[in-house]
Amino acid sequence: MAESPVTRGFRSNRQGQAPSNRLPPGQYVTRDFPVLSAGPTPHIRLDDWSLTLQYEGTVLDSWNWTQFEALPQVSITTDIHCVTKWSKLDTIWEGVTFDELLRAAGLREAPAPYVMAHCEGGYTTNLAVDDLLDGKGAVVTRYAGSPIEPVHGGPARFFVPHLYFWKSAKWLRRLSFMETNKAGFWESAGYHIRGDPWKEERYDGD
Amino acid sequence: MIDDPTASARRLGWQLAEVRDIVVETPRVKTFLMRVAGWPGHLPGQHVDIRLTADDGYQAQRSYSIASPPEDELIALTVVRLDDGEVSAYLHGELRRGDHFELRGPIGGYFVWSLSVGTPLQLIGGGSGVAPLMAMLRHRERRDEHGAAMLLYSSRSVEEIIYREEFEAMARRDRDVRIINTVTSRQPDGWRGYGRRIDKAMLAESCFPPKASPRSFICGPTPFVENAATLLVELGHDPLSIKTERFGPTGST
Repeated sequence: MAESPVTRGFRSNRQGQAPSNRLPPGQYVTRDFPVLSAGPTPHIRLDDWSLTLQYEGTVLDSWNWTQFEALPQVSITTDIHCVTKWSKLDTIWEGVTFDELLRAAGLREAPAPYVMAHCEGGYTTNLAVDDLLDGKGAVVTRYAGSPIEPVHGGPARFFVPHLYFWKSAKWLRRLSFMETNKAGFWESAGYHIRGDPWKEERYDGD
Repeated sequence: MIDDPTASARRLGWQLAEVRDIVVETPRVKTFLMRVAGWPGHLPGQHVDIRLTADDGYQAQRSYSIASPPEDELIALTVVRLDDGEVSAYLHGELRRGDHFELRGPIGGYFVWSLSVGTPLQLIGGGSGVAPLMAMLRHRERRDEHGAAMLLYSSRSVEEIIYREEFEAMARRDRDVRIINTVTSRQPDGWRGYGRRIDKAMLAESCFPPKASPRSFICGPTPFVENAATLLVELGHDPLSIKTERFGPTGST
């Protein structure tokens, strides 16, 4: 319907909300940090962890935990928006930008326009390289100054905060470049292929 | 990766839903029975988004699991009243039969069960997390061939057990379904269920053995789901056979 009818008896709480330039449509601010995952939380030992950058069958580069920690780190303070409606403002993360990963792998540019993020446990999510460059994407290992807990995606999760937070995949292990944009886990299950919260791209067809 | 018939390109438009009935389940929980014209049908475990609009244009959206089976005409939404919840407070305190609000769905193609997903059906619920599990049990009961099922359901007190009478009747009608309650804070005299938080021994006693390859669905508050899912994996259940849905804060960062 073009215009929403007023819901009888529902009172405005506009004053109680964050300003509209901070809160995308349909979102509300939470002070908690809710958790959403499709299955059991994997507990990954740092000694067993690695992150691999890959293009088709070829490994472009791979970092173990010590090597990854030695890459230039950045701190990112930003808001995050979950497709289940909560937003959390001014969260602080630390990690390595996608730009830096390309640089560390000796790549002047991305070898293909799309990336599939692969995670421990089989979760995947797809992203356009344009949504990752220029500091827009990162692989983060710390939240609010502490290592990210397993339940929130530690030891390392993807971080693409300008898109709905399912794109910031937990327990990241591999970034695989691809020539065409294939749907990942939630994207195959009815969720939007890109997921821009400001355009309210929650579900397929939005 | 997911081969699911719900993953289609149809657009999820907002529709006006009418409140046809309101059921008081517990002191803090009500079920809203909604009529949605042209409802496309759903799978047990899916949810809907609802949107409320104030007279100044202010809107609030929330997601709620569907507790009714696809066979029912009305969509049942079971909602807990949260102390600081602007939407749940409105639904509980203000909404009446005959009122309307916007709704769209069904949403979610992962935390769903139907017979084609397989049996036995193993359900573990905490608090209002039982709602999508109830949709699965209600749907299962409508099928002639439905396999074995169990639900381990954790509530704070007996008064807070949602759908208690319906569960008891379901277990009386069907010997292939086991409903096991645990009550974590106050147990009345003569209580025959468990009286503690879910632990490994309780899961070992209650659940199907891993070799039966049950399809497990766990829904509840985050620490509850984390605990139950971790313990099921420790007991030998395949992590890929365990589907989870969490809500609420984590209790820490």
